[in-house]
Amino acid sequence: MAKYLLSVHSVDGEVREPMTDEEMQQSFKQVMAFQEEMKSAGVWVFGGRLTEPATATVVRMSAGQVLTTDGPFAESREHLGGFYIIQAEDLDAALGWASRVTDLIGQPIEVRPFWDEPGA
Amino acid sequence: MDELGAALGPDQAEVGRIFREESGRCVAALIRLFGDIDIAEDAVQEAFAVALAKWPGDGLPPNPGGWLTTTARNRAIDRLRRESRGRELLREAAVLSSDEHDPGGAEETDTVEDDRLRLIFTCCHPALSTEAQVALTLRLLGGLSTRDVARSFLVAEQTMAVRLVRAKRKIKAARIPYRVPADHELPDRLRPVLTVVYLVYTAGLDGPAEPGLCPEAIRLARILATLMPDEPEVAGLLALLLLTESRRASRTRQDGTLVLLADQDRTRWDRALIAEGQGIVRSCISRNQPGPYQLQAAVNAVHADAPTAGQTEWPQILTLYDQLLAIAPTPVVALNRAIAVGEVYGPAAALALVEELDLDNYHRFHATRADLLRRVGRDGEAADAYHRAAEMAPTDAERDFLQRGGRAARGSQA
Repeated sequence: MAKYLLSVHSVDGEVREPMTDEEMQQSFKQVMAFQEEMKSAGVWVFGGRLTEPATATVVRMSAGQVLTTDGPFAESREHLGGFYIIQAEDLDAALGWASRVTDLIGQPIEVRPFWDEPGA
Repeated sequence: MDELGAALGPDQAEVGRIFREESGRCVAALIRLFGDIDIAEDAVQEAFAVALAKWPGDGLPPNPGGWLTTTARNRAIDRLRRESRGRELLREAAVLSSDEHDPGGAEETDTVEDDRLRLIFTCCHPALSTEAQVALTLRLLGGLSTRDVARSFLVAEQTMAVRLVRAKRKIKAARIPYRVPADHELPDRLRPVLTVVYLVYTAGLDGPAEPGLCPEAIRLARILATLMPDEPEVAGLLALLLLTESRRASRTRQDGTLVLLADQDRTRWDRALIAEGQGIVRSCISRNQPGPYQLQAAVNAVHADAPTAGQTEWPQILTLYDQLLAIAPTPVVALNRAIAVGEVYGPAAALALVEELDLDNYHRFHATRADLLRRVGRDGEAADAYHRAAEMAPTDAERDFLQRGGRAARGSQA
C-alpha cells in the first residue's frame, strides 16, 4: 500500500456557475457519500476543504527567531483548495479514486505519491 | 582453445545481436522477480558482459535467453545479499518465494511472454509523457543503450539519461503497476502502447540516424500481435508497419532524396512483407471491427496491389478514408482523404476540400496544396506553397524534395 495526496487546485478569479441551494445540498450529500465509501473501502486517511488563502499565516525562522507573517506562503493565482490523503495498492487504484473526485466536483485533481518511508 | 573457441562461438557482434533480441524478455522477467527496474537493468547488463566474455570461447548455450535471465538473476541475488537494504528487498521479492521456478526452465515461456506485455503497459502508462513512454520502451523492451535512444530522437545523451531516470523514478515512487490492464481498461490503455510503437517506427523512417528503429518497431508490433491475438487494432498496426516497411528501400534515392509513392520502382517493393501485411488486412476485414490502424493498413494494401501508380484503385482508397474520417475526424485524415478525392474527382475538387482545413503548421498541408495548385495551373501560388512547406519540412530529404517542386513551379510560371 502507498499513500497518495489527491489535491484540488483552484484558480483565483475563475468563476464557476453559481449553484442553487438545492444543488449545493445535493453536491454536499454526494461528497459525504463518496467519503463514506472511501472510508468503508479502507482507502481514506484524511481529507478536507481548506478556507481561502487569505486566511493563511506563515511562520518562519528569521535570525534565530520565529517570525509570524500574514498571508499564504506563495502569492499565486493558483492555490490548494482542498485535499484527500488516501492509501491505495498502486497508481491505477489511486487514479480510479481521483477520477471519481474530479467527476464529482468538476475540478482537476493532482495525484501525487507520498515518499515511501521505510518501516512506516 | 582459442582456435577451437573461434570455431565454436559467436563473435562479439553476434553476441550483441542475440542480446538485443533477448534483453527485453530478460529485463521483463527480472522486474517481475525483483520488483525493481534498476536492479533488473543492471543485472541484465552484467549478464551481457559475462556473455561477451564467455560465449565467443565456449559457444552459445542451448537457450541463450534463459541463460541470460538465469545469470542476471543470480548476479542480482549475489549483489543484493551484500547489502542490508538488499537483503530486506530479497525477502520481499518474488525471487525467493517457494513457488517460483527457474526462469531458465522451459515451462517459463508463457509467464515470460506475459512479462513483456506487462512491461510495455508499464512503459506506456498514461501517467508518463509520450516522450518518456517512447524512451522507456526502446530502452527496456528494445534493449537499446541510452546513447542509441538519444541518437534516435536527436537529443543529447545526457538529456535522454535524465529523461529515463525521471521516468523510472516516477514508476517507482508513484507505483505505476506492472500488470496487463483488465479488459475494460484495455481500450484506453492500449492506445498509448500502439502510438509508441508507431512513433518508434516513424522515427526510424524519418530519421536516417537510426534506421534500426523500423525493424525494432515491427518486432514490438509482432510481440504485441502474438500476445494479444484478439485485438484487431494490434493486428492493424502490425499490417500497417509491414506494408510501409515493404516500400522503405524504394522511398529514398542513393543521395537520400525522397521518391514519391507514384514514382517509386515497384519491383523493389518487398513482396514477402506485402503478402504478410495483406494477409493480416484480409483477416481484419473478415473480423469487421475496423479501427484507425486497420483502415490505414487497408489503404496501404490497396497501394501494394497496384502494379503501376496509374492502376491504383483510388475509389477503394477513398472509401477507406471515408470510413477513417468517420472514426477519426482529424484534419490530417481529412487531408489524406482530399488527396484521394483529387485522384478520383480531379485536383479542383481536392483543392476545395484542402482550403477548408486548419493545418497551417503542418508541412504536408502546404505540400499537398502546392501539388494541387500546380495541377490546376496556378503555378505562382504553387511555388509559394512549396516554399512554405519546405520551410517546415522536418527532414533534409523532404526539404530538398519540396524546394525542387517550388523551383519547377516557378519555372513553368515563367
